[in-house]
Amino acid sequence: MLADILQFDFLRHTFLTGILIGIIAPLLGTFLVVRRLSLLADALSHVTLAGIAFGLFMEKQYFAAFFNPLYSGMGFSVIGAVLIEKLRSVYSAYQEIGIPIILSGGVGLSVIFIALANGFNTDLFNYLFGSVSAVSQADFYTILIISIFIIVMIVLFYKELLTLSFDEEHAAVSGIHSKRIHFLFIVLTALVIAASIRIVGVLLVSALMTLPVASAMRVVSSFKQLILYSIIFAEISVILGLISGYYLNIPPGGTIVVIAIIILLCCLAWKKLSVKHHVQKSA
Amino acid sequence: MSDTVIRLENISHAYDEKLVLDNVQLTIKRGDFMGLVGPNGGGKTTLINIILGLIKPNSGDVYLLDKPIEQFHDWNRIGFVSQKANTFNKGFPATVFEVVSMGLTAKIGYLKFMNKKHKQKVLDTIELVGMSEYAYRNIGDLSGGQQQRIFIARALVSDPSLLILDEPTVGIDYKNVERFYQLLDDLNTKQQLTLLLVTHDTGVMTKHATNVVCLNKNLHFHGKSEEYSELSAEALSEIYGHPVQLVVHDH
Repeated sequence: MLADILQFDFLRHTFLTGILIGIIAPLLGTFLVVRRLSLLADALSHVTLAGIAFGLFMEKQYFAAFFNPLYSGMGFSVIGAVLIEKLRSVYSAYQEIGIPIILSGGVGLSVIFIALANGFNTDLFNYLFGSVSAVSQADFYTILIISIFIIVMIVLFYKELLTLSFDEEHAAVSGIHSKRIHFLFIVLTALVIAASIRIVGVLLVSALMTLPVASAMRVVSSFKQLILYSIIFAEISVILGLISGYYLNIPPGGTIVVIAIIILLCCLAWKKLSVKHHVQKSA
Repeated sequence: MSDTVIRLENISHAYDEKLVLDNVQLTIKRGDFMGLVGPNGGGKTTLINIILGLIKPNSGDVYLLDKPIEQFHDWNRIGFVSQKANTFNKGFPATVFEVVSMGLTAKIGYLKFMNKKHKQKVLDTIELVGMSEYAYRNIGDLSGGQQQRIFIARALVSDPSLLILDEPTVGIDYKNVERFYQLLDDLNTKQQLTLLLVTHDTGVMTKHATNVVCLNKNLHFHGKSEEYSELSAEALSEIYGHPVQLVVHDH
């Protein structure tokens, strides 16, 4: 594949985009997982699908070649994030209720726009499961800018995000603007999801945000290590997933997730073995 | 700088027309170690939430460090250890160092990073609560009593003028409770830290606190802790609304 990557532009773009989302997806994923908001990623990815279906529909309807479904996906995702927050404050005693509402709303809208755009086509299939060939140069540059923006924001607000994730009450009492930080966080999450969809697809994007984190969780003791290991595991999954997907002619979403699951199993086994070893040693 | 840390004037508050605080007046001075006791539902936690600005009382005025609470922004000068502190997510992958650092987040401020001085401050505070050897251990691996020390360190790291503790010894075994109070004593006498401690363990508390207030809707007792120990069982029953057994812990 290496020779092919050098030879074909589209492969190079896919590969570089994969490396970018291998950083940003688990980066946001660490905060999602420790805050027990993993399902938020699922809800937002389905809203993103609605946005993409809307984009494809517009493309078809108005022959708007300049209209990139990535942008409409991103727009819908951010709006979905804002709506989930609104629902969270309306139903303050049932904070998770916004997630199924937005998820089903996203699927509903997707079905409508897909039908209006005359049903399934390869483009949509690529958005659902990811693709090694769908990343254009323009997509790559868009995702590059989003990634830089996300990394800068996380670095700038790292201590606030960590404080808020660990203990919301303490964050509020110590004078941190919890609501604004949380809002920033879910908007960033929405952007990551929209950016990742080209490679892993709508249905599997949340896996790339949570599986590497779940694996890393078993082997680390600090939050910084959690971020580092999550990114390493995600990069391994993305790179091996893209290469195997390319050679086996399988959408990379599938191969990436399967490799992430294999890593997870290895981490679970490793933890078990090391605990056993520890017990034997101390006995 | 004046000596008053907290001043509450005519605080009244009700939830759905059920009055929980009725015209409460309270002043806490610099260097006080004040124990706040009272029956469950007597309004202790509500009063703390009012002081912390989490609840706005229906009427009355709150002054923190001589400023009306509406104009008070130095929240890092007030440390708070919640009774919920020991119900945190035990699986959270953070080290003791990281957790204590969180106490500096607001003080360092937005868009600024921790520097060497901050890091040293975190290590010093961990040492102050006697947990140095655990600085890089995962918080979830520690015992309940050790975790509570870490939460105190998190509250102390920003150099507060006042530390508020809401039922901090819930879930800690008896032996460690005594060590915990020893730590509070040291903070109070050696660091001149003002303490406000909410508890229902009146026996241990009266041995350590310098002042005691007893709250059941309004303040029923406000004085030196020795005087509180001398209150007759009858007087206490009146305050609590039911018979009270005063358990005195002798060591």
